[in-house]
Amino acid sequence: MIKTKSKSFKVISALISVLFWILVWALLSYKINLELLLPDPISTVSALVRMARTADFWITAGASLLRILKGILIAVLLGTLMSVFTAKLDAAEALLSPVMTVIKATPIASFIILAMLWFKDRGDLPVFITVLIVLPIVWANVSAGIRSVDKALLDVAKIYKFSFAKRIFRIYVPSVVPYFLAACRASLGMAWKAGIAAEVLCTPKNAIGTQIYYSKTYLETTELFAWTLTVILLSVIIEKVLIFGLGKLTQKLRVSRTEAKNAEA
Amino acid sequence: MLKLENISLKYGRHLVIDRLSYEFEENKKTLIIGSSGIGKTSLLNIAAGLTKASSGKVSNGFEKISYVFQEPRLFDWLTALENVSTVSDETEARETLSLMGLSDAGDKYPSELSGGMKQRVSIARALAYRPDLVFLDEPFKGLDAETRENIANTVFEKLEGKTVIFVSHDESDRKYADVILRLTKSPGSTLELVKSNSVFSE
Repeated sequence: MIKTKSKSFKVISALISVLFWILVWALLSYKINLELLLPDPISTVSALVRMARTADFWITAGASLLRILKGILIAVLLGTLMSVFTAKLDAAEALLSPVMTVIKATPIASFIILAMLWFKDRGDLPVFITVLIVLPIVWANVSAGIRSVDKALLDVAKIYKFSFAKRIFRIYVPSVVPYFLAACRASLGMAWKAGIAAEVLCTPKNAIGTQIYYSKTYLETTELFAWTLTVILLSVIIEKVLIFGLGKLTQKLRVSRTEAKNAEA
Repeated sequence: MLKLENISLKYGRHLVIDRLSYEFEENKKTLIIGSSGIGKTSLLNIAAGLTKASSGKVSNGFEKISYVFQEPRLFDWLTALENVSTVSDETEARETLSLMGLSDAGDKYPSELSGGMKQRVSIARALAYRPDLVFLDEPFKGLDAETRENIANTVFEKLEGKTVIFVSHDESDRKYADVILRLTKSPGSTLELVKSNSVFSE
């Protein structure tokens, strides 16, 4: 009962908060009274509805979504694989650690401009940029997860001669999953920002970023806001779907709540 | 056969075990006593193959080993029954849990069990494995006096005829031992015989 109340309270608080900021936006827009600088919420939503009635909108949004998801997937697979090596091999850790530090510290714009010189297919560039942004987050988290595996439990596995598969699924996976989930959550928003930024700069065919760039060029600020709103909505929806899916996975893998909390802290 | 030959263990500059040699008797229950910090747990860990000795040789001819650690070392994400089932089939796991007075706790996660109950799950796991050699390091720590007595009787009855090496500070556990050894260091480590086959040497 208490839990239900608390959940409804959170939903209502979130709604009130969103409404408050929409109101602030509307008031500012009214005060400025120049659509070119700040379109009002109603015009933005109207533009979005108008755009959503065309097939091009869905093709564009779908293509951007696929690019970003592709980047996240590659980064998650690569980052997990790398973290297995670096957690077990000190030499691999010594070799890769500075590379990850450089990737994290380098401005995204530098990578995008460099990648524009390297990539023939501009559609691949946002995927590459997304990989670069997500990879260090996944690598750092999963490595920490592997290192956090309790040595005392590994002793148990040694005494009772656990097979390799049993060690992986009974010890490593449940210990690492909370860190992996935390990495996925943390990298999702970053992936969208970096992916769209890359699209804006390299303007591939069928891309939200390209549409944002054109909106800026032709001074269509309302469309720019509508596309930005599209990115926000897509990001929120994907995050919710991912959290729901990963939550189910967590239950299935019987990850302890304490560990999950620790990893997210 | 479990034989330690000239075993030494160093942690930095600290020499925990110094040139210890001993061959444990098979199918006997051997209790190791000694003052705190003398290296009893380290000795068990070396004998069990969990800690590598700094020098010396361990010859272990046993196939199946169980170890009850001072702390339960259970998998948080598995129920009591699943924890025991990691080393045996489910029927055996249920039976040993029942033997430990935990028939109703099989579906509970370690976080839902008391410290004593967790330790009993750990003992159930060791028994369910059907070992040839068993290491028990203060296995009944955290159990109340009455439960302790019942569980200890059950455990040693179940392990009759097996090779058991155990560490306990509780005087009452001496009755379960066929052999009692005192670990000393003066300066080399030795296992002095205190009792063998019910004949006390002190």
